[in-house]
Amino acid sequence: MKALRKFLDKQKPHFKPGGKFEKLESSFDAFETFLFVPNTVTHSGAHIRDAIDMKRTMIFVVLAVVPTLLFGMWNVGYEHYLSFGQHPDVLTNFLYGLGKVLPIIIVSYGVGLGIEFLFAQIRHHEVNEGYLVTGILIPLIVPPDIPLWELAIAVAFAVIFAKEVFGGTGMNVFNPALTARAFLFFAYPGNMSGEKVWIADKLDSFSGATPLGQAMIGNFHNFPSPHDMFFGFIPGSVGETSTFLILIGGLFLLITGIASWRIMLSVFAGGLLMGFIFNLWGANQYMELPAWEHMIMGGFAFGAVFMATDPVTSAQTTKGKYYYGFLIGMLAILIRVFNPAYPEGMMLAILLMNVFAPLIDHIIVKSNIKKRLKRAKVVLAE
Amino acid sequence: MSTEKTEREAIFSPKNVKLLTGPLNLNNPITVQVLGICSALAVTVKMKPAIVMALALMVVTAFSNLLVSFLRNGIPARIRIIVQLVIVSVLVILVDQLLKAFVFDVSKQLSVYVGLIITNCIIMGRLEAFAMANKPWPSFLDGIGNGLGYGLLLIIVAFFRELLGSGTLFGFQVIPQSLYNAGYVNNGMMILPPMALITIGVIIWVQRYYNRSLIEK
Repeated sequence: MKALRKFLDKQKPHFKPGGKFEKLESSFDAFETFLFVPNTVTHSGAHIRDAIDMKRTMIFVVLAVVPTLLFGMWNVGYEHYLSFGQHPDVLTNFLYGLGKVLPIIIVSYGVGLGIEFLFAQIRHHEVNEGYLVTGILIPLIVPPDIPLWELAIAVAFAVIFAKEVFGGTGMNVFNPALTARAFLFFAYPGNMSGEKVWIADKLDSFSGATPLGQAMIGNFHNFPSPHDMFFGFIPGSVGETSTFLILIGGLFLLITGIASWRIMLSVFAGGLLMGFIFNLWGANQYMELPAWEHMIMGGFAFGAVFMATDPVTSAQTTKGKYYYGFLIGMLAILIRVFNPAYPEGMMLAILLMNVFAPLIDHIIVKSNIKKRLKRAKVVLAE
Repeated sequence: MSTEKTEREAIFSPKNVKLLTGPLNLNNPITVQVLGICSALAVTVKMKPAIVMALALMVVTAFSNLLVSFLRNGIPARIRIIVQLVIVSVLVILVDQLLKAFVFDVSKQLSVYVGLIITNCIIMGRLEAFAMANKPWPSFLDGIGNGLGYGLLLIIVAFFRELLGSGTLFGFQVIPQSLYNAGYVNNGMMILPPMALITIGVIIWVQRYYNRSLIEK
């Protein structure tokens, strides 16, 4: 550690103004703060003085998704061998999945960080940390067989158009990871939907439809058991299948105080309510699906825990967070049940509410001001 | 008549040439004035309709500018919009009939958007801002120039959308079959309207990068 620190200190002058590589200062800074906690803390004002910076915050989220990622790798292998009727040991499954998922992660980070560094150089600012999280979330929400060049285009699109054009990390309107997925979904539907893509290199005769895909076409016999769906032994995107491990990751985020429990809770509440409404309506078999089963199907839990709680794109006001989350939950189920073109409503629901989050905040703030003015007038009148 | 200038200006004086070239870049109706976006999104999936649409709009803008400029002193200010609209709609109907007669398939693809030229902001904008206050010849050139600026943008956008979205240009396959066999897939998003908006956004980005004077404070 010390040797590394010494090495960095020795190189530092080269990157300061006047040095040999002064143009690459932001890249150097990125590496340095990635390796070591920066020793710059707030010195004045009424702030809590803490050395935690955005990189530490982001790394907590990365840690929180590790369980789902590891399980996802195993599940990719498990589903693949299952389609051939084989049941190899855990390690074989995992290694197969590793071989599928690792290239996706490498491409996601390579392309995304490459663009981040490029923009930091051109604009002469620090490299944005936001991509640390986005880069690991993207591999979790794509099918294991996604062609890598398509992924690279989607990542580039998301980083440039969902983030950099708005001014980088902290300024974006849309969740970049979901933007990448939405881009893939609309640009290359052949590789993002249907029953072929969710199991890596599956046997052709084996149906690889996800529970959502089956529900959409009204195929409810040999529907996976709630147990399988909860623990994640179902085909799907790499990291979304196991609700159990997602909830563990969510718990970690809540304990460390990174994610908002208000949003998580209200997303599930909204989804359950919409599910119950459909249960009461019961016009077709999909509507009769128990409301709680929606929570463990598809990307609902993953979206609720890791996507909707993105502190940048969600609502900022305390009350607004409830509305924001509740509407995401309701819309996700609504899109699932009603729209035959989009089997998974979570992605579109979150992106849609991303747009409305500032409006929700605006209304909450305005109504607060109104309420207080009224109170002030009452006091004055007395 | 006696109040106007007696000396004749050259037909292509520097001022008049500027009327033609200005809208191509620094005064582009789409990227700078941000007019006529709606039709730019709708007709740029393929090159052919985009070019036909651009020509149609150029003809209508040029001749409505010319006619309104002739009549500018006789049009009562209160009903000028109605008079302008009558002129524009006559021209649009003529163009529509011509398209139906000679390029029926393209006319079908453009569908309502030819008729909607009547409401195109570029035309009304040029009539109000230029033709009502200038002589016929400069007005005519202004119409042609703005039509060219609109057409240029349409063609650039349509080029990228057709190339990336369908792998063709003017309906001919450009992207080699071997690439498709290797796993390349057309980008379905390019065919959808949002991508036209994003493409125009990128063009605006590039344009402003090279013309710093266009960046708002």
